[in-house]
This record gives sequence, C-alpha cells and structure tokens, in this order.
Amino acid sequence: MAAPLTLLLIVAVTIRAVLFRSSWAELISERVEVVSPLNAWKRVVEGLALLDLGVSPYSGDVFHETPFMIYLFHFVVDYAEIVFMVSPGLVFCLSRFLTSLYLFRKQKYALESDRYPADCLELLRSPKEMFYIPLKVAMFYLLNPFTILSCVAKSTCGLNNAIIALFILCTLKGSALLSGILLALATYQSIYPLTLFAPALLFFLQRLYIPVNLRRSSFWFFTLQYAFIYVGSLVVITGLSFFLLGSWDFIPSVYGFIFSVPDLTPNIGLFWYFFAEMFEHFRLFFICVFQINVFFYTIPLSIKLKEHPVFLIFMQIAIISIFKSYPTVGDVALYMAFLPAWSHLYRFLRNIFLVSCVLLACSALFPVLWHLWIYAGSANSNFYYAITLLFNFGQILLVSDYFYAYLRREHHLTHGLYLKKKDGTEATLVLK
Amino acid sequence: MGLLSDPSRRKVLTGLLTRLNTPICIVCYLAGIVWFMGLAFEPFTLRTYMSENAMGSTMVLLRGAIMMLVCFCSGMPVEWLVKAMQSRGLEVFTQSFSRKLPFPDENKERYMVRGTNVYGILRAPRAPRTEALVISAPCSPGDSNNQAVGLLLALAQYFRNQVYWAKDIIFLVNEHDLMGTQAWLEAYHHTNITGMEYSPLQGRAGSIQAALSLELSSDVITSLDLILEGLNGQLPNLDLANLFYAFCQKLGVLCTIQGKLQRNDWDTAEGYTHAAQTMMLMVLKQACGRSWGDHGLFLRYHIEAASVRGINSFRHYKTDAATIGRLLEGMVRKLNNLLERLHQSYFFYLLPSLSRFVSIGCYMLAFGLLVVILLLRALDLWVHLGAPALAAPSGPGVLTVLTPVVISHLTGVALYLLPVHLQEMAVEHFPVSETEAVVLTAVAIYTAGLALPHNTQRLLSGEGTEQGWKVLKLTALLYLAVLLGCTALINFSLGFILAVTLVPITASMTPHMPKALSALVMVLLSPAFTVLYCVFIYQELIEAPVSVSEGWMLFLSVISQGILDHALYGSLVYPLLALFIYPCWLMFWNILFWS
Repeated sequence: MAAPLTLLLIVAVTIRAVLFRSSWAELISERVEVVSPLNAWKRVVEGLALLDLGVSPYSGDVFHETPFMIYLFHFVVDYAEIVFMVSPGLVFCLSRFLTSLYLFRKQKYALESDRYPADCLELLRSPKEMFYIPLKVAMFYLLNPFTILSCVAKSTCGLNNAIIALFILCTLKGSALLSGILLALATYQSIYPLTLFAPALLFFLQRLYIPVNLRRSSFWFFTLQYAFIYVGSLVVITGLSFFLLGSWDFIPSVYGFIFSVPDLTPNIGLFWYFFAEMFEHFRLFFICVFQINVFFYTIPLSIKLKEHPVFLIFMQIAIISIFKSYPTVGDVALYMAFLPAWSHLYRFLRNIFLVSCVLLACSALFPVLWHLWIYAGSANSNFYYAITLLFNFGQILLVSDYFYAYLRREHHLTHGLYLKKKDGTEATLVLK
Repeated sequence: MGLLSDPSRRKVLTGLLTRLNTPICIVCYLAGIVWFMGLAFEPFTLRTYMSENAMGSTMVLLRGAIMMLVCFCSGMPVEWLVKAMQSRGLEVFTQSFSRKLPFPDENKERYMVRGTNVYGILRAPRAPRTEALVISAPCSPGDSNNQAVGLLLALAQYFRNQVYWAKDIIFLVNEHDLMGTQAWLEAYHHTNITGMEYSPLQGRAGSIQAALSLELSSDVITSLDLILEGLNGQLPNLDLANLFYAFCQKLGVLCTIQGKLQRNDWDTAEGYTHAAQTMMLMVLKQACGRSWGDHGLFLRYHIEAASVRGINSFRHYKTDAATIGRLLEGMVRKLNNLLERLHQSYFFYLLPSLSRFVSIGCYMLAFGLLVVILLLRALDLWVHLGAPALAAPSGPGVLTVLTPVVISHLTGVALYLLPVHLQEMAVEHFPVSETEAVVLTAVAIYTAGLALPHNTQRLLSGEGTEQGWKVLKLTALLYLAVLLGCTALINFSLGFILAVTLVPITASMTPHMPKALSALVMVLLSPAFTVLYCVFIYQELIEAPVSVSEGWMLFLSVISQGILDHALYGSLVYPLLALFIYPCWLMFWNILFWS
C-alpha cells in the first residue's frame, strides 16, 4: 500500500512542478474557471504589496481574502509554490486517514453482516475492496486535472480545501474540540462551510450514542457544547483578525463581497449571468433567493440523512460547490475526491454515463467558447452561460444520482436485494 | 425528468437504441450528408439583409475619385510612398520588420524576410480620434498587385478633402503580404505572439473598427471578388459582405464570391450545382484555416475585415478604376457611420452565393447528425460492457487503455515537433532541400505511426482482452466526439470534413473485421488522405484539375504551408491534426490490431 501511494505522490508532485515551471502556468492562472476574484493569486500579491506599504489591503477593492491568509502569505510568500504543493499533499494524507478511519467503521458493519438479510451480502464491501479505497481517493484528488489546474494557478482554494479536509478528519477521529475549531476556521475562510455544522453535530451525537431527541437534556447539552466551541472559536478568530489589521475593513470586503456578489466576472457558477442581466431594483431580492438556496438544503438533507452524517458531509460540500457565489474547479475537485469512497453505490447509479459525458464535454467547451466570445468576438456571453448551465446540470444530476443510490442501498439493506411486489412480480424502486 | 428516473422507460429506450444502433447510425450519417448538401438549395437558405441600422438607412453621395496610376518594377519604393502620402496631407510613418522563417518557403521563395510597412493616418476632423478604419494594399514586386497602391493613394487624396470623417482612416501599404500585416497588427496592439522582430509604431490612431484590403492588378476589371475566410476559419460579420453586395448592386459592378458569379436559375440542376460548388469552395477554404487575404489577420484582433480582389477576364463589360474608387468610398463612408463595432448580423455562416446565406442553426444540424453517431456507438458499448464491469477498474485494466492512449499521443507530439527541429540533420544525410526535408519527415513520422500496434502489444505484455478494446474504443469515441465538437465550434468546415471521413471508420471499427481490407479502408480515410482528397476536390472546383503527380506535389506544398502558417501566423490546423486528430485516429488503428 505504501509503495503505490509514494509513487502517486511523486507523480503528482512532478506534474505540478513541471507545470509551475512551464509557460502554461501564467495562462492557467488567468483562466476564469480556475481562479475567482476571491482566491486569485494575483489579488493576494496585490494585497501583500498594499500591506507592505502600510495601507489596508482591503482598500482598492481588489483583495478579498481573509486577514489570516494574507498574514500566512506575508511570511511564506517566497515559498508560495511549496505551500501550494503541500496543500493538496495535506489533503492527500488526510484523505488516506479519513477513508481508512471511515472504512474501519464500515468494516465493522461488514462484521455485523448477520444483521442484514442474506442476499444483501453482496452490497457490503469486502475488506479487500476497501483496502484500495484510500489509494483511489488520493488518486482522484491528486491526479484530478481540476486540482492540478487549481494548484498551478496558485488559487487559495487549495488551502480552503485542505482546511475542510482537516475538519473532516478531526470529526471522524472524534475530536469535538478540534473539529469545532477547524469548522470555525473554514467558515471564517468562506462562510459557506457553515452548513457543515449540522452533519458534524449529527456525527458526534451518533458516535456518543446520544439520540436526536429534542426533549432529551443530553442532546441539548452536547449541541450547546459543540455550538459553543464553534461560535467561540469563530469569535476568537474574527477578533484576532481585527487585532492583526486594526480595523473591521475585512468584514464588508470579504463577507460582503461573498454575499452581495458585486463582481460579475464570468465563472463556472450560476450567479454572474443572472445578475448581469437583472434590473437593479430586483437585485436584493434575488441575491437573497440565490444565497438562501445554498443553505436551505441543509434542513431536509439533515432530516433525511440523520443516520448517515458522513454522506451528509459529502452532499453538503457538493451543494456548496455548485451553488456558491464564486465557484472554481478546485471546489468541484474536493467533492469529486469523495466519489471513490462511495464506489459501493456504483451499481445503483443510473445516469453516470450521461453525467460523465456532460462533465467531460463541458470541461472541453469552457475554453473554446471563452475563446469565441472574448478573443474571436464571434460568439457572445449566452454561449458561455449555456455551457455553465449544462455543467451545473451535470453536477446536480451527479449529486442527486448518488443521493438516490445511497437511499436505495439503505432500502435494500433492510428489505432485501430482490424486492417482490404484492403479487409476486419483481418490483423496482422509484424516487418520486 | 421522467425519462431519467423511471427505470422501465429507460430500459425501453436503451433497448431500442442498442437493438437499432446500426440502422440509426447509418440513417444519421446519410441524413447528415444530405442535409449538408441541401444547404446549397436556394429555398432552404435565407436572403441576406443589412442588420446594422447605422449602415442601412443612411444615404451616401458618391463622387468620382481622381485616379492616379502607378507602376512599380521591383521592391517597394518606401521613400516615394512616404513622399506621395505626405504630399496628400497624411501623417506618414514607416515600420520595419524582419523574420527568419523556420524553413524556406518554396511557394513564395523567401527565407530571411526583411521589409518595411508604410502607413499614413488621415485624422478625423469631426469626432474625437478614438476609432479608426484601415484600408490596406499589399505591395509586392511584380505586376500582381500594382494598381492597388495607386487606387489607395487616389482615395487618400480624395478623402483628405472631405469633412465628414468621424473615424481616423489608416492607409496601410504592407510589404511581403501577410507578414507585413502581421508585423503591423502586432505592433499596433502591443503583442508579440509569433516571435517576429519589428520596430514599434511611431504613430497610432484609435481602436480599429473595420478594415478593407485591396488587391488589384489591372486598371480595368470585369468583376470584383470578395474574400472573407480568415485565419483559423474565422469570418467577419455578415454585414460587411452585405455592404459590399449592396454597393455592387447600386453601381452595377459584377461581384463574385469564390470567383463564382451568382445565378438566378436555382430550380435547375445546373443552378443548384453552381451554388453547391460555391459553398463547397467556401467550406474547403475555411477548413484549411489559413488567411486567404490580408484581411484574415485582422479578424484575430476582433476587427471586421474583408479583401476585395479585382478580376480581369475576357468579358466585354469592363469597370474602370473610378467606379471601384466610388464603391470603396461608399463602403468606407458607411463604415464611418458605425456607432459600434459590427455585431448585429451573423458571424457563423456559409454563403452559397453573395445574396444567400446559411446560418449556424441550419448547418450545425448536419454536423450534429454525424457526431451523434459517435455518442450512440459509445452508449451501445457502455450497455454491452455493463455497468459492473467498469465499477472496479483494477490496476491492469486502466493500464491497458492508458498505454495506447499515451503512445498515440507521443507519436502525435513527435509529428508536431520533429519535422521542423530535425531538418538540419535530414539535410545533412539526404539529398533534399530544407523544405522537402520538413515535409518528408512529417510524412515519414505519420507512416511510422502505423507500425505502432505491434509495439503497443508488447508493452501490454501480450494480453488484450475483449473488454480491453471495448473500453479503449469507448474512450476513443468520446474523445473524438468532444474533439470534433470543439473543432466545429471554432471552424465548422474543418470539423465537418473531419467528421465525414472519420465517423464511418471510427464507428464501425472492431478487431474482428477482416484485417487487410479494414486496414486499407482506415488508411484511405485517415486525416492525411482527407487532406489529399481536399486538394483534388479544390482543384476540381476551381476548374484547374491536376494529375496525380501534380496533386501529390500540391499535397506536399499544402503540408509545408500548414506548418509555416502555424509558425508565422499562429494557424491552429496543423497542431490540431498532429496533436489530437492523428493520435485519436491511431487509437482506432490500435483497436483494429487488438489481439
């Protein structure tokens, strides 16, 4: 196991190192699909220059990263490439632990296989299959072209991904304190991971055998405890930022920027075209609608998946990366890294061929239509937005497909694999 | 979403698609070809119309320009041009440029190119000088274009005395045709994408809105030909063609496109053939991705441009240069009225004649019908492979597919890089010139790639499973579909021609076919042979048929031109063929010899 992992790491690092040194790096770091106004390296450099001159980095509406990030790069700016190399490596190590830990839990399920009907045994994964999963997760993240592009562009998205991966690791390890602190850090970085609070809480409750019951005092006690860790560290981090900078400039410049979406540079998300076309007086209303959209799914999903918090984390990360205001391909890569962990759902997926075709075609068409629109001038923004829509349609189909497959597998685990209708004919499950 | 979530209906649909796969594919292919040929049929096309309001309704009063005819003997008389332009009241500047070609260009006999562009700016008296128009005339030694500069100077003199100019007008005389234009445009826009050396421009005008390029070799002409195809198959806005057509109608000048006059008898077989030939010529010219006149390089900078070429044939009815001058004056005055860049009309079109066009919505269907075959085939393979087979792609499974893919692409990279870099070595060892060395190396590498399956088999350690080739074919089909789709968006003609030849072989290729026969068919429909056929068809269509040996020489010169166009102007056809289409074709070649 160690040998292929080392090999993989060497290959991944080589690819990145070669690309960093090649003439492609500059081209990649200009692509709107890879960097957003939030995480572009160019803007970080601008912020650093302003900081060095003793001006607030947030003056001038260019820099939108958090104060922690800029102080981090203030010290390591000369080694920036190494930082960006390390951050996916970090995710890689974590993914290894993460999956092995998670799978250990799954293995326990396998040992308890007598709990399930006999014909469901083929639904459970053998230890041999699970043995390869950390390798596959690492491969999916490290060799995913999206991650490579994002890393070569020095998008700070890679660091955010590393923080979220660390948070997931700590959660799965069962350390409520670290998990709360890291979740606060992730929230501080980009707000949206706020929705991961629910799955993390559900996971700890399940782990401590506390039933989700609103009348139980133990439930409230733990919830308040975790919320306190989370909110407390959030307050501390924000306060620290204030003391670092000596002003509250960063609140409107970072969080206001995320929420009110003033920068309508095209990206792979759904916001830019819609708000570029809209009359100004409807803007507030639709911004509320679009932003609530990201957070809203937490409630129904938490209710439906309250027994399966780890899958819920995956769903939440995917939804964030689809509906957030400035998505990049780096965000997409994070949830795609989880896909091998659900390889046992594969037999229940229905549209995987369609989805892979759509995602593949869209990834190729993004630069082509961008060229036609911006350079050749023969196409227009509608062409590019059409591809954006299709890309997001593919992602939503992918996520809902996995959701359906997960529910269906759970159903089969309790009711047997071969379902019969009342009249004895073979039945099929339909999601309605 | 019923179709995507209801399992029983899905089963019926996929069952239908797999059972009737081959008939559906054949029908799609034939329908695609028929649809494409039908595009030239007049009732299916639309009449062109002027979309731009600023150019449509305004009247321009045309007055005769005074002619001044010049004849050059050899080279470009820079000093004389500067004086002539200065005496007409323009701000005159020169720009020198030099470029060493990667290998000698035998068609135009040049290797170390050194030249000077002369341009004069007529400042707009009526508006802030933020926008400009360009009139350019290539000046080359010999008689081929000796009247264009004279007309240009006459226009300059006449325009200088008018008061209504709201845009600066730049009169550009460029040496070494496209290379001069390239140097001037790069300097004007402060870019350097092709590694040309040039001196910076001393004087500039505003952002260029439109450009016209003149090519005129005699003082009287019978007709004017409009050339639209630019670099990488890019076309200017259709309004520019409409403008030209409208003025030709108004002044009673015969106008042609692709050198073909328009006919009115669309309902006869000859009429249809004529329109189809005109459209096919446009498709072939667009597909080859080179710039067919000086205007082609302007298009890259988002400047709408076209070339106007005077043709003198044996007809009795002649048009004198004064009429051409009035025509150009009219066009420039209408362009002068523009409030914004031309954008109202179509950018993607095919022209079966100057007054008829086919828009993207119509012709893309023909291409879509061809590409859908690839997707249907891929779906069929996917169903046959069965989902669980791909669920756990163990280590060796991935490797079986990855090896041919990587090797094919490495061959493609060799085809792209080696010909130019190895020319010195080839010239040393073989009795050939540099140009021949480059072309023959390319042909040799292309042929050597065919020996590939044997090498791949060895790397696979001998075991090629039934599933292995199916997975490889699935990958290759999807790859080709995406590739052709992207190509067709940028250059429809290229994508369509490649689809016509590649789709039948790629869709039907399996290892179980008779080896020798299918290998022959595959080679005959490979990208290089497609280029060869295009050369013959083109020669046939311009009514200059060639023999096989002449055709072969033309084919070789087309390859060298393709490589040169890539190096000099950044044309993308050669890298596309070498780095993507050829490796993709090699993958299918691999499938054929799978054992």
